[in-house]
Amino acid sequence: MYRLHRVLKPGTLKRWFARFLERHQRLYSLFTRAEKQVKGSAFGCRMCGQCALPATGYACPMTCPKQLRNGPCGGVSPTGACEVYPEEQCVWVTAYERAQEEGRVSDLTLLQRPIDHREWGRSSWVNYWQGRDDDLWTTDDGLTRTHLVLTDLRLLSGGGQK
Amino acid sequence: MIPPGGGRLRAALRSGRFVVTAEIGPPRGADGGAIAEKAALLREWVDAANITDNQGAHTRLASWAGSILALHSGVDPVMQLTTRDRNRIALQSDLISAGAVGIPNVLMLSGDHPTFGDHPDAMPVFDLDSVQLIWTARLMRDQGRLLSGKPVKPAPNWLIGAVENPFAPPLRFRAARMGKKVAAGAEFIQTQFVFDLDIFTRWMAEVTELGLEQRCGVIAGVGPIRTVRAMEFMQTRVPGIHIPDEVIRRIRGVPSDQVEAEGMRLCVETIQRLREMTGVAGVHVMAFGQEHVIPELLERVGIPPRTAPSHSAEIEALTYRTGEETDAR
Repeated sequence: MYRLHRVLKPGTLKRWFARFLERHQRLYSLFTRAEKQVKGSAFGCRMCGQCALPATGYACPMTCPKQLRNGPCGGVSPTGACEVYPEEQCVWVTAYERAQEEGRVSDLTLLQRPIDHREWGRSSWVNYWQGRDDDLWTTDDGLTRTHLVLTDLRLLSGGGQK
Repeated sequence: MIPPGGGRLRAALRSGRFVVTAEIGPPRGADGGAIAEKAALLREWVDAANITDNQGAHTRLASWAGSILALHSGVDPVMQLTTRDRNRIALQSDLISAGAVGIPNVLMLSGDHPTFGDHPDAMPVFDLDSVQLIWTARLMRDQGRLLSGKPVKPAPNWLIGAVENPFAPPLRFRAARMGKKVAAGAEFIQTQFVFDLDIFTRWMAEVTELGLEQRCGVIAGVGPIRTVRAMEFMQTRVPGIHIPDEVIRRIRGVPSDQVEAEGMRLCVETIQRLREMTGVAGVHVMAFGQEHVIPELLERVGIPPRTAPSHSAEIEALTYRTGEETDAR
């Protein structure tokens, strides 16, 4: 799955394509529908328009009943089941297992910013290629003290870059 | 690492003495007296009491109102604020309000999902998550800004709290998740009930390895098991509470008229173990509807009543707003 991310990496061509799509509303909505199909069947994508998958072990945090983007809640059952849907595994248990397999647990310690609710239904790929997601997650919250805390904590060594 | 300011809990955490917090669940009725009664029981014994925010997703008197009532009764409140029922506009508004009325501590959590409460048909909000709300609170206090960038003047000066559950999977991620909350701005953390000391000890070792207890007071959750039914309820109906088999065997192993005494004994032993543990700053005693047992519990462990005299709400509010403290930060 991390390979998928390499394919989607932004570049000049993709930025041009994203701009082109945004200028042509019908093509944009066709493209968005295709993205919804692909990501919907693969990840249960809800089209929040601000994709966090590369930093969450490709388990979609928006499928969590609380839409928690910074880690699991305290209600996960001892078996790892979701507190709201006991028949399903907690999204963050899945995220942790996958991240661990890939040696990318440090991704999960990144601070995920609040999302922009105006982006629901928009194409996250277009947003990503246009560079709008650049500060979606961060090692630095913009406050000097926290930046130091994060470095001190060694929570953020390696990984975590888009 | 705890910044200066008002409030007994802050003073206790800064002094390094073993802190005690408890919980006051607000009533469903429009009855301020219920908070005053519980506050009177706890006043001499705790550094602060959490005022829960529609706990278990059951509608109750609001945590901000309960916090003001607690202040009037001489107990420092910890105003709980869940992301379940409010969006970022309402959350920030409540945080400003808490600062304006002199509530010394706030605690942010995501909260139980509405499906567990009395309105399972309600719209779950979860606009922000708990980490983002802690981050927002610190932005408001330390940078004097809202998420929108608009200034908050004067900035509020509450102490920022959070929660963690060391017993819920993925276990190996729980210390790092607490680290995220500390990085976002949490200055004290209260944990879920500690019944499994083995898991807690392992989690605490990871916390100290990250040095988190240096930056954030770790307050361990405890509470007495009063009946076998209460134990079963906690185990099956309350998400996130883990009771290990040996505790279940121990409680079931005594005649029914001795369950209460055995539950108290177990809780006393747990607090004693926690007191000896490196990095544990105190205990958070949760005894819903059983607040009267808290003094006995603490006496048996040998934790004396708080020495600080109970200030009146006005004095607390004044100390809390002095310019000197704001400058000191």
